[in-house]
Amino acid sequence: MAVFASRGRAVDQAGWGRTAFAAAVSLVYFFPVLVIIITAFKVHADALAVPAKLFPWDLFGLIPQRFTFDPTLQNFVNVFSRSFSAGAQAQSTGFGLYFFNSVFIAGAAVALALVIGTLAAFGFSRYPLKGNDTYLFIILTTRMLPAIVVIIPVMLLFRVTGLAGTYTGIILLYTAFNLPFTIWMMKSFFDELSPDVEDAARLDGSTDRRVFFKICLPQVVAGLAATAVFGLILTWNEFLFALLLTGIETRTVPVAMSQTIGGDIGVRWGLLAAIETLFLIPVILVTFFLQNHLLRGVTFGTVKR
Amino acid sequence: MTVATLPEPAPVGLLTPHWRNWRLALLAAAVAIPVAVAALPGGAAFWVAFAAAGFVALTAVVNAWGRHTGGLLVAPAIAVLVMLNIFPLLWSLGLSFFAYRADRQTMNFLGLRNYERILGDAVVWDRLTTTALFVVLTVTAQMVVGFLLALLFSKQFPLRRYLLILVLTPMMLSFVAVGAFFRYYYDPTFGLVSQVVRLFTGDNFVLISSTPGAIAAIVIADAWMWSPFVMLLVLAGLVSVPKHLYEAAAIDRVPAWRRFWFITFPYVKGLLLLALLFRTIEAFKLFDVVFILTDGGQRTETIALYVYRQAIQFNKTSEAAALSYILLFTVIVLTNLYLYLANRRSAGAA
Repeated sequence: MAVFASRGRAVDQAGWGRTAFAAAVSLVYFFPVLVIIITAFKVHADALAVPAKLFPWDLFGLIPQRFTFDPTLQNFVNVFSRSFSAGAQAQSTGFGLYFFNSVFIAGAAVALALVIGTLAAFGFSRYPLKGNDTYLFIILTTRMLPAIVVIIPVMLLFRVTGLAGTYTGIILLYTAFNLPFTIWMMKSFFDELSPDVEDAARLDGSTDRRVFFKICLPQVVAGLAATAVFGLILTWNEFLFALLLTGIETRTVPVAMSQTIGGDIGVRWGLLAAIETLFLIPVILVTFFLQNHLLRGVTFGTVKR
Repeated sequence: MTVATLPEPAPVGLLTPHWRNWRLALLAAAVAIPVAVAALPGGAAFWVAFAAAGFVALTAVVNAWGRHTGGLLVAPAIAVLVMLNIFPLLWSLGLSFFAYRADRQTMNFLGLRNYERILGDAVVWDRLTTTALFVVLTVTAQMVVGFLLALLFSKQFPLRRYLLILVLTPMMLSFVAVGAFFRYYYDPTFGLVSQVVRLFTGDNFVLISSTPGAIAAIVIADAWMWSPFVMLLVLAGLVSVPKHLYEAAAIDRVPAWRRFWFITFPYVKGLLLLALLFRTIEAFKLFDVVFILTDGGQRTETIALYVYRQAIQFNKTSEAAALSYILLFTVIVLTNLYLYLANRRSAGAA
């Protein structure tokens, strides 16, 4: 994908001048995120200071004292255990569990959607059914829906079947959310493969299963990566359904984060920033390593290249 | 083993009881569900309907199993989607014709009266107007900012890969953090925005206390978060322009704006429309950021937030279902309008 690759036919070269300009713009754009990360290292008083203390170091005396603060790691400790009233013993906050939940639920849902969706995509691509396009359009439409439309019956369904507050329930629901997108993406990848190799293998007596696992699947690894990245970003940050359908034991980080906002001393900004910083690291890493596939992901596989 | 080599099993008659007879299962469900709704309390009726839907899905899967490799591959995905997407959708369509509250057990048939009441409700129209305003403002802002960012990154330069990640980061933040931290930036005393404004005016700057201010606050946060998405799409268009077109234009001394309009723009147009569609649909669902940032105060309540309130806080289940169907209808109309326009364009080009 030429958007990121350095050797694109149409991408013009520009020099360090462009780098300087782009760096300035990028830093301005990134600034709100940077402030979150900086705030994660501040004690509560520093987070509320006027004028804002933006520098953890005075850069050899360049920055006046009133703009600098002493960085602390206390917020990161407090995310996992802190005392809830003055002088009380530090208690676990449960955030270890919530981080595990987020990883487990997002991971399981994306993996499940990938397995079911890849099979379906292969089916739609190689063995068109009667009304193939209609099925595909209906599948795409379910992804376009306002989530709020399905929330009422899904809540009833979960209440009646006892799925509310269980891992199974929320994982199945996220799987269903990721499926349409997975099917569309993987179908676009399977459609691109040349059928000659498959036909040759079949003539030589390979079974369908062998053709799928040994010939087709290895060629769409990039597609699997693209699908996984975008599915992870979506599922990782999902808030509405997690708020309504997870219980105390299965709560994900965004929900737990929203519940730390309230409180008698106002919002604990340092703590909130520390949670978000920790929560951001996995997505940033995944995106950085798979960024060449991101574009195709965000367009449901419609943009090739 | 291809499609042709599979023996076609004998077709099952409509009324023959068989695991493969999904038509009979569908017929049975079509009879059982209305009977259950009429005779049983809401919770039990839901169970019957869900079991019936599951049974139909099961027979369809069994039917596909023996017939067709394609059907077999597709069946698990269809089953999951039927149980967790299609069935809830149909159930909520059904609910919208009844008077039903999730905290009671009674269900009374109302016909279209829920829809009548909603379409005549001034509050709903007010929320719809607010939502439309948000859609227009945020999508415009995202398209403009996204396009400018894409122009900036359309050339290859040192460290580009790393700077791109910086710009893409907002998309990966959680809505909760974006909402909360924009509240932090807008805070009248210690917020960064008001500190900067205070340098010039000397007064405390309170953004969220008025309607235009609160709307601006939400639009800025949402546009900031999603402009990178538009940027990604436009970037894909920009790098696809063949270089020789620019070279030919340079030889003919075509002015820069004409080069942009006649060479660059046609390559970006399709992707721009795609970005427009995706962002419009998403903006229409705007919920999380508003929920955290203003919680609908200062007349910023969007229709999604309104439905959420009606359904979850006031338990007006069937009214909320009817309202969400009106929303769904709007989104489908928007999507089709877009597809119609896009098709007409590509037909005109060909």
